[in-house]
Amino acid sequence: MPFIPHTKTDVKQMLASIGVSDVETLFDEIPAELRIGTLDKVPAGLNEMEMSRLMHERAAGPQPLCFIGAGAYEHHIPAAIWEIVTRGEFYSAYTPYQAEASQGTLQLIYEYQSMMAHLTGMEASNASLYDGASGLAEAVLMAVRANRKSKSKRILMPATVNPTYRAVAQTIVENQGITLELVDYQLDAGCIDVASLPAEPGDVAAFVIPQPNFFGVLEDVNALTDWAHAHGMLVIATVNPTSLALLTPPGEWGEQGADIVCGEGQPLGVPLAGGGPYFGFMCCNLKHVRQMPGRIVGRTVDADGKPGFALTLQAREQHIRRSKATSNICTNQGLVVAAATIYMALLGAQGLNNVANRSHQNTQSLSEQMSTIDGVTMAFASPNFHECVIKFDGAAADDVLNALMAEGVLGGFNLTNDYPELGEAVLVCATETKTASDITAYRDALSKVMSKLKGGAA
Amino acid sequence: MSNDMKSNISSQDINSHQDGVIFEKSHSGRSNACQAPRELATSSVIPASLLRKSPPLLPEVSEMQAVRHFTRLSQKNFSIDTHFYPLGSCTMKYNPRACNTLAMLPGFLNYHPLAPVETGQGFMACMYELQEMLKEVTGMKEVSLTPMAGAQGEFAGMAMIRAYHDARGDSARCEVICPDAAHGTNPATAVMCGYKVKEIPTKADGDIDIDALKEAIGPQTAGIMLTNPSTVGVFERRITEIAQIVHDAGGLLYYDGANLNAILGKVRPGDMGFDVIHMNLHKTFSTPHGGGGPGAGPVGVSERLIPFLPVPMVGCDGEQYRWLTKKDRPQSIGQLSAFAGNAGVLMRAYIYARLLGREGMPRIAEYSTLNANYMMVEMQKKGFDLAFPSRRATHEFIVTLKRQAKRLDVSAMDFAKRLLDYGYHAPTTYFPLLVPECFLIEPTETEDKDTLDGFIDAMAKIQHEAETQADMVKAAPYTLPSRRLDDVRAARELDIVWQPNEQG
Repeated sequence: MPFIPHTKTDVKQMLASIGVSDVETLFDEIPAELRIGTLDKVPAGLNEMEMSRLMHERAAGPQPLCFIGAGAYEHHIPAAIWEIVTRGEFYSAYTPYQAEASQGTLQLIYEYQSMMAHLTGMEASNASLYDGASGLAEAVLMAVRANRKSKSKRILMPATVNPTYRAVAQTIVENQGITLELVDYQLDAGCIDVASLPAEPGDVAAFVIPQPNFFGVLEDVNALTDWAHAHGMLVIATVNPTSLALLTPPGEWGEQGADIVCGEGQPLGVPLAGGGPYFGFMCCNLKHVRQMPGRIVGRTVDADGKPGFALTLQAREQHIRRSKATSNICTNQGLVVAAATIYMALLGAQGLNNVANRSHQNTQSLSEQMSTIDGVTMAFASPNFHECVIKFDGAAADDVLNALMAEGVLGGFNLTNDYPELGEAVLVCATETKTASDITAYRDALSKVMSKLKGGAA
Repeated sequence: MSNDMKSNISSQDINSHQDGVIFEKSHSGRSNACQAPRELATSSVIPASLLRKSPPLLPEVSEMQAVRHFTRLSQKNFSIDTHFYPLGSCTMKYNPRACNTLAMLPGFLNYHPLAPVETGQGFMACMYELQEMLKEVTGMKEVSLTPMAGAQGEFAGMAMIRAYHDARGDSARCEVICPDAAHGTNPATAVMCGYKVKEIPTKADGDIDIDALKEAIGPQTAGIMLTNPSTVGVFERRITEIAQIVHDAGGLLYYDGANLNAILGKVRPGDMGFDVIHMNLHKTFSTPHGGGGPGAGPVGVSERLIPFLPVPMVGCDGEQYRWLTKKDRPQSIGQLSAFAGNAGVLMRAYIYARLLGREGMPRIAEYSTLNANYMMVEMQKKGFDLAFPSRRATHEFIVTLKRQAKRLDVSAMDFAKRLLDYGYHAPTTYFPLLVPECFLIEPTETEDKDTLDGFIDAMAKIQHEAETQADMVKAAPYTLPSRRLDDVRAARELDIVWQPNEQG
């Protein structure tokens, strides 16, 4: 029997101790009419060898050259990370309720919180949330609680924030009467025009500022932060953690810095893996820490006065506060956070900066090479991080991407559904994992595809 | 701790620089050239006003230092792989290594969530088949895999209940009923979905007080949130009648899947009359708890809630698997994550489910129930008090240490800490809140009889210690990396981020 150690003798002895004749008797409190027969639609069990064969078949297949980003980024992942993360002592432990038996996990989370706070330029970090999108939703809920100057449930949400993040935030906050009001962007620059923001926005709880934004474009975060603060709003920064090795940390935006910082942690050592598990990070300053959702670990001392670690500020959480908790969240993304912590320790500030810089410059190189192709233009002339938007003239984005796939290239994320005003546009990304010849291969494939499609259209 | 003559080395002397946080092992200028691209001049494209002025404070350690540091940290944990971990309501069963190894094949790890589905049909097939298997074992009509944890599954479930009432223009339903024994996430979730919470009591035999339910329910009731077997470790015998009462009042029933392990392949929430359920795959389907996550909390629904399921789901039109989105499901409550939820966790659950197969699933209920009932009876024989002595255990049961707390001033917390010294992770303590000084004990089906006997012996020894040297028990543990930690100081002198000017 898979994973069940009982021998016939064990079962006999145990039943005798209980005083019943068979295991079925143990279910005698369940009404008989509710009992079911066999689970016919579940296949028969496989042994590990058979299962291994099946999974290897399913994992096989073409491995195209991937230039898609749009919220999940392919970066080099040091081999040491997942070797350590999948050690049984991390992999098969649970939430550190018994602190003395969980010092490894607790210290690791403390180190994670420290790294994230330093990376974002903030004073505090939680132990993580599920992912970047749901983390933004939690940040919105937190901002409404934390903004003492405002009674409003209005949030300003730029159209340059990842459209899926906006949709997820909508799903999670709408039942609490919170409204997300869209802020438009400049069609030629791909970012918010600070001058176009209203002089009298009224009572608003918070302004969400993405950096880089979904198009990869850099927003004028300093001016946007100051504008929001001047009107009594809190600033929620949603940022890419890799970029923070290069770009101004949200804690230093404008005169006072952002109030809440969140984002997707996946770029820090977490594989793409079809979309998860990733993790959402969240940081803030100490004055708002009691409004922050999620687990937080603190350093303290034990009965001998020796430093040790424990969950803290638990009065915010559902297991204590029940219906009055800051969130219903009950866990963090522990194992994935362990990966990110080891990633940051292995890379260090300089290593992370090199990753950010190389990714940025690879995307620059890609966009320069793309621009030389007939029918391909850059959508925006603004400075960007490691993604850019390319537009096709005379060919549909869908057709271009399909034709590229046939050439073994995943050419980017199609923007036509979410941003029809941009025309036939695609978001592309080249991280540090792409070599000069990868980039040339993409250019050559696109060149071929464009001349074919445009030729066909003419 | 010890004055052993063989050793005059103090604990401070034993390689003490190996303790401390990783920042304290950092030296300026140390780097891992192997792990990052070569340094480049910063691009002139980015305006200076948007560039970072000084580098973030991250550790500068060698690869070996990092590996040693984190390996040593791991050794300060209890885990299923190293210890019996009978944490009630958490289902800490063995996590088969194959589930991890096979979920981490490069073809799966390198699959971008936005890549065309044509390039990931093998991955999609696993997701689709998992959906189908979960439908069958829960008796629900459709399943969405996307919620990333039990609590997010709860959110999705309550949001669907709300969407259902709203779609019918039934907007007066503003209350959700929860038993007083409910897990804390239940009331917190109801509030996140804009509901008020009404609690109803549990009777002395562990079942819900049906008279109180009848009194609480009405046209203002949106639904009820239940766990069955309940959080007090017994099967709610009158579940069909409860479902009838709630449905007659126009409310819906939400099933918290925390205890699904107890009934897998034996009874199905769909047959009990539930309209929506969430499953904790990190419990019943053995995906790793990972020190607190990531989990996965798929939801299943009855016929009437199908249109509202969260997206994306996996569809199959003939030969090809594809994502179903809001376009396919316009009434969906929407998306809950940036992509498709904790895909890698779902993958591990899929592999586990296939290794078990149809014959393996009811065995889980059988052997987890056998283990729990055996432990319950044996502990009672050793003199421990059961919270619900007239009832069968399900896959878990509750011991109350109220008598010990009163008579010996040794609390459930003290027993828990002393168990750690004996090499056992403590059961869940102080939950459910309605049983004083409780231990919620869940052995799971993967533990053998010797382990259970060892735990029971340890409990009996601690009982003896409590009677003879209570102060010793009250100051446990003694053999772990830390003694009891000062929680008050942790909250009062908040130190949650390491700063370089601190004395580490």
